[in-house]
Amino acid sequence: MTRTGSLGRLGYGLAGLGGLLVLMEAVPRLGLVDARFLPPASEILGTLAGQLVTPELWIALGETMRGWALGLALAFWAAVVLGVVIGIVPGLRGLTSSTVEFLRPIPSVALVPLATLLFGPSLGSTLMLVVYASFWQVLIQVLYGVAAVDSVAFDTARSYGLSAWSRVRHLVWPTALPYVMTGLRLAAAVAFILAVTAELVIGSPGLGAEIQVAQSSGAVPAVYALIVLAGLVGIGVNAAVRLLERRVLAWHPAVRSEVAA
Amino acid sequence: MRVVRLLALPVLLVLAWWAVSGSSFYLPSPDRVGRAFAETWFSERLVLDVLPSVGRLLAGYVLAGLLGVGLGVLIGLSRRLRATLEPVLEFFRAIPPPVLVPLIMLLAGIDTPMKVLVIVSGCVWPILLNTVEGVRALDEVLSDTCRMYGVRGASRMRRFVLRGASPQIMAGLRQALSIGIILMVISEMFASSSGLGFTIVLFQRQFQIAEMWSGILLLGLLGLALSVLFRGVERRVLSWYYGSGAERA
Repeated sequence: MTRTGSLGRLGYGLAGLGGLLVLMEAVPRLGLVDARFLPPASEILGTLAGQLVTPELWIALGETMRGWALGLALAFWAAVVLGVVIGIVPGLRGLTSSTVEFLRPIPSVALVPLATLLFGPSLGSTLMLVVYASFWQVLIQVLYGVAAVDSVAFDTARSYGLSAWSRVRHLVWPTALPYVMTGLRLAAAVAFILAVTAELVIGSPGLGAEIQVAQSSGAVPAVYALIVLAGLVGIGVNAAVRLLERRVLAWHPAVRSEVAA
Repeated sequence: MRVVRLLALPVLLVLAWWAVSGSSFYLPSPDRVGRAFAETWFSERLVLDVLPSVGRLLAGYVLAGLLGVGLGVLIGLSRRLRATLEPVLEFFRAIPPPVLVPLIMLLAGIDTPMKVLVIVSGCVWPILLNTVEGVRALDEVLSDTCRMYGVRGASRMRRFVLRGASPQIMAGLRQALSIGIILMVISEMFASSSGLGFTIVLFQRQFQIAEMWSGILLLGLLGLALSVLFRGVERRVLSWYYGSGAERA
């Protein structure tokens, strides 16, 4: 693979995607699966193309991305601030660990009924689920990151009279940043899943709600088209966060030497 | 002292909950939720709703594990297959698993097979992709050594391939577990007449607030129990890995 390089890889990958499309075209056309349940790939993509020119789809997509971005941002900053405080103040980590370990595994979908009661089918519900799910992903990584600060460097900074704020700014933050970015990457994926879930289950406006509507009205090709779109957006979200990670950590040895973290 | 440290914040939080609980209809006091918990879940609901849910989760999770590891090893061992399938698999992984619920309902109805299928369809991707990654990154020197010493077939698979990839496989299984719990709940919220997810939503619709909270609590405890269980298994399976001084990723 090294000789043929990335071009060869690309060729194989395209062949794989092409194969999937051919398979999804052939299976319903040959009658192996009822086309009512699995429309041919051309029909799915055609439906998607048709939907992409309607403003409704873009509005729904915008709603989903708004819930995703707002929720992620809220969770991220809350987790970073709390994580740094818990990590730095002596004794606080021991005090909070049992609570964190208890709250973290609670599946955020457990909050669906509560969100429904408090907010109904609106952005608030989406935000509640997204924030809860992504908060822990970031917090745990921030805690790891702050714990990774070299204690000698910390003591040195203190004896040189750096204020608490500059210690955080110039020592703790750069050390924790790779961990923080990992947390952000994990949280971004989870946040997208939960944003769509909230729309699907509670009915907050967005892609998930569109899928639910399409399903209950029996518009099968539209269901598939929207799922394909959700997958594409998911890929976009992952790629964007990876790009951001590389940008932010461009100075870091792990990124500079191209060693995969 | 250690006990005090562990319990101080939880006790404080429960006290705070108690203090503010009277102020809102949506927030019953801890003792009411506790009583609702005992009455609701230590009854036939445990057998009718909770155990079937957990059973479906485990069935789907185990199926996804077998499928993911099996296919992952196959794909990981072949360079061409890997290059061909990787974009397709990445696409499937990027689809938020819950959106498959309406689709699978269409294909498989609303009974147990649908719910298990939903769980499999969501859990399989992280396991599959992590297995591929783990098999790909196997030590080449070790691989050659195995060949030199004539370690082949099942023995090679068990002692070298699966063992060597197990840290990544476990990482995939860990991700899949939390997805599995989400899907267990969602598949039951959608179209169902029993199960944990269904029951909790039913309580919410009937404004049985304390019971609803007890359901949330139960789901939390379930998530906690499964993650503790998983950590135990992980420590066992990967004892050689931690023992060798390798850091946890």
